[in-house]
Amino acid sequence: MTADGTSTPSAAAVAAAVRSGATKAADVVEQHLAAIAAREPEIHAFNTVLAEQARERAAQIDASVAAGNDPGPLAGVTVALKDNMCTRGVPTTCSSKILDGWKPPYDATVVNMLRDAGAIIVGKTNLDEFAMGSSTENSAFGPTRNPHDTSRVPGGSSGGSAAAVAAGFSQIALGSDTGGSIRQPAALCGVVGVKPTYGYVSRYGLVAFASSLDQIGPFASSVEDAALMLDVIGGHDPHDSTSIPQRHPSLTEAIQQGVEGLRVGRITDLPEGADPDVQERLDAAFEALRAAGATIVDVQVPAFTFGLTAYYLIAPAEASSNLARYDGVRYGLRVDAADTNEMYGVTRAAGFGDEVKRRIMLGTYALSAGYYDAYYGKALKVRRLIHDDFERAYQQADVLLTPTSPSVAFKFGSKGDNPFAMYLCDTYTIPTNLAGHPGMSVPFGTGAEGLPVGVQVLAGTLQEPVMFRAAAALERALS
Amino acid sequence: MSSYDGLPGDWELVVGLEVHVELATATKLFSGSPNRFGDEPNTNIDPVTLGLPGALPVLNEHAVELAMRIGLALNCTVQPSTFHRKNYFYPDMPKAYQVSQYDQPLNVDGYLDLPNGVRVGIERAHMEEDAGKSTHVGGSGGRVHGATASLIDLNRAGVPLVEIVSKPDIRSADDARACVGELRAILLAVGASDAKMEEGSMRVDANVSVHKPGTPFGTRCEIKNVNSVRSVGRAIEYEARRQIDLLESGDKVVQQTRHWDEGDGRTHTLRSKEDADDYRYFLEPDLVPLAPSAEWVERVRAALPMLPAARRARLSEATGQAADSEAVTSVVERGQDDYVLAVAAAGGNAARALVHVKEAFAEQGTSPQVPAADLAALSLLEVGGTLTATQAKAVLAEIVANGGGDAAAIASAKGFEAIDTSSLECFVDEAIAADPDAWQKFCNGDGKAMGALVGLVMKASKGKADGKTVTALLNQKKG
Repeated sequence: MTADGTSTPSAAAVAAAVRSGATKAADVVEQHLAAIAAREPEIHAFNTVLAEQARERAAQIDASVAAGNDPGPLAGVTVALKDNMCTRGVPTTCSSKILDGWKPPYDATVVNMLRDAGAIIVGKTNLDEFAMGSSTENSAFGPTRNPHDTSRVPGGSSGGSAAAVAAGFSQIALGSDTGGSIRQPAALCGVVGVKPTYGYVSRYGLVAFASSLDQIGPFASSVEDAALMLDVIGGHDPHDSTSIPQRHPSLTEAIQQGVEGLRVGRITDLPEGADPDVQERLDAAFEALRAAGATIVDVQVPAFTFGLTAYYLIAPAEASSNLARYDGVRYGLRVDAADTNEMYGVTRAAGFGDEVKRRIMLGTYALSAGYYDAYYGKALKVRRLIHDDFERAYQQADVLLTPTSPSVAFKFGSKGDNPFAMYLCDTYTIPTNLAGHPGMSVPFGTGAEGLPVGVQVLAGTLQEPVMFRAAAALERALS
Repeated sequence: MSSYDGLPGDWELVVGLEVHVELATATKLFSGSPNRFGDEPNTNIDPVTLGLPGALPVLNEHAVELAMRIGLALNCTVQPSTFHRKNYFYPDMPKAYQVSQYDQPLNVDGYLDLPNGVRVGIERAHMEEDAGKSTHVGGSGGRVHGATASLIDLNRAGVPLVEIVSKPDIRSADDARACVGELRAILLAVGASDAKMEEGSMRVDANVSVHKPGTPFGTRCEIKNVNSVRSVGRAIEYEARRQIDLLESGDKVVQQTRHWDEGDGRTHTLRSKEDADDYRYFLEPDLVPLAPSAEWVERVRAALPMLPAARRARLSEATGQAADSEAVTSVVERGQDDYVLAVAAAGGNAARALVHVKEAFAEQGTSPQVPAADLAALSLLEVGGTLTATQAKAVLAEIVANGGGDAAAIASAKGFEAIDTSSLECFVDEAIAADPDAWQKFCNGDGKAMGALVGLVMKASKGKADGKTVTALLNQKKG
């Protein structure tokens, strides 16, 4: 279901039809390009629309089918890519001025996997600059608007990808999630969004924000489509030392199972702050799973509440190092100056937005001699605590349910100049990244103003199959 | 090689070395680009080497193996290790951080025995990546100060290095030189590096301080840009005297990094401790810990070749020459000790073989052309008294020129025959009679006069007389 209420066939159905020759990939692409032409000026989901490349690719796929070949499990499926994933010869901006004019000479591993699976990339989507933000307002190219209500944010940082799927611009989109950047916009845009286990999907070619937390994952209109996508892009990549060296079980198959006997955990010491309409939907979700045969158990994750603080030391620390390479020497923006050191300064001052600068400063400080132990070092200890607390909870429960976002989509500018108010958007999503565990947001009805509400399903390391089973049960409960 | 004078007064020199070694791998430490010296600038590059957004490092296993060879050859313990990021801006460092081992290096706690028996502790030998190379043009002397442009070659960026850090156990410039020489011999022996100081594949920094024995170590200065074994001694000697001059005139030594200028034979201030960067080290999140299995370590240890110290001991035992004699050290350095042993095994005299190989085989490689049996035969004629040392040398020259030959036949062709003692006595008597003046002086203890008499005997015997025997006869007659 898209934001305007029209129902579209699932990616799985489209792929099946294209593979059989019943549907032309060219027609699939034209439908989506038409949707983009109609609403993109209003939504601004994309930094770059790749109309001609998508048409060429569709023609290749149709020719391949006509020749009796199988273009793959995503044949003819349209995909939008967050603009922090490298695409050869196509600008990859991270919605930052600092990467002005840069075209990667290589494709990210996920891009290669999508191509090999027959997917068609329709464009590169807008984001908060370098994935730092929760509203996509921090883009150097202007914000993306929520397709459900264009006076509201789509969430962030993968706001463009979430909006693209919600607006029917593409069937699936890829985002990256460092502290909630897939799940929170998925919730605000009423789509499914998955942050897999750290190492489930290759990060090679994903422009780093915080390397130990970043993970690529899908946005889709259904749990089934998200499973299909993750089945394609999951797996070991020899180019990413942190990718898990094993094959992952099929999630498409996992969601065929129900949730009978599944233990669903309610975190009794969850930080407060969720709006009543969000809390109401979460309660309904527990009820739905109970009705579907699951058992609800109370668990405690005491360190959950420290996640936000630890995150805002660890993520900026890594970012301060990851973003140091944007120095004007080799690529992207360069503002000339009298000497090299001055050139670094003026280039970075001109190229980065305020939020990115704030986090670089924060992270540099946290790692500095004399402060490391008190800040970064302590944050690492908290991170370990959070991981251990979750592991204990997963002894008692197979999955945990929480709100994804404390609120429905908010109005542009409503967080004003208060960065901390914006940071609180990720209260419920951040601890999962620190633990390295998977999490996903599933649309579960509407809250205030009829806006979508997402429920977050969390699970232990590599427990994607059980997480997807719970998500699929929630989805079925709504239909 | 000249020896350095001791330090004035009762000052004692204290030196520790930091030696960077480029590993002889086919590819770089974290990417598949060639590790090759001398190629066209910026040709051995790829997304990882360039530090492009999204690129990730993958550790080169062969580099780890070579690093372990170095560690094991230096009697280190190989331990589980990690990589850190060392953050600082420099135009030829594409990521603005260097990946290096920090608090958990691969090799720790070893030692190196110098040929003269001095033991130098090895604190650590850790892995890291090299930076690129900057060439400053338009200024004076290739320094960045005053240059109009800087050219950057990233072929060297990402080349695997091992940094070997010694304990401050060295007490003389000669020992420092010997330590560098021994280290170089070990690196070559284990095939870890081509260890060419002039090409920069082995770079030596020396931490130099002076103190009076029994008092704490003095403030040290780090000397960089020492590009040959010879300059190691010169730079340390200069720096020690500079520090003593300061201290003796009531000044203090300021901790700083100093640049050795080969041209003027002095060290110059590069930067002082106050200018030191805060490197904000933190664990490299893009890599996983490196913990070589015990089996791997043992496999590497078992495959180590015989090391120079053991080769010297073996040759010393076979020849009766001291292990740190010039003949033994130079022949082992050239890798011709196996050949000397082969001559002995062929029945030859090892001591004479050593002398001949040292003197006449400098231009030959590890496998001299001359069959070991030919040199064995020559050495037997020599020790049997058939040939004098001078005659043997002449015969060998011909054998070497022809790539082999029968020593006896060549000697006979040259008319080299042993002179019996009675004819030699006749020659001596004739010489005394021919120059009674010289005889008188010789009897009065004038050494020069003896030379004149020996010369007469040589002339009369057409060079067949053995100088030593003639001298003995003269002394005998003097009574």
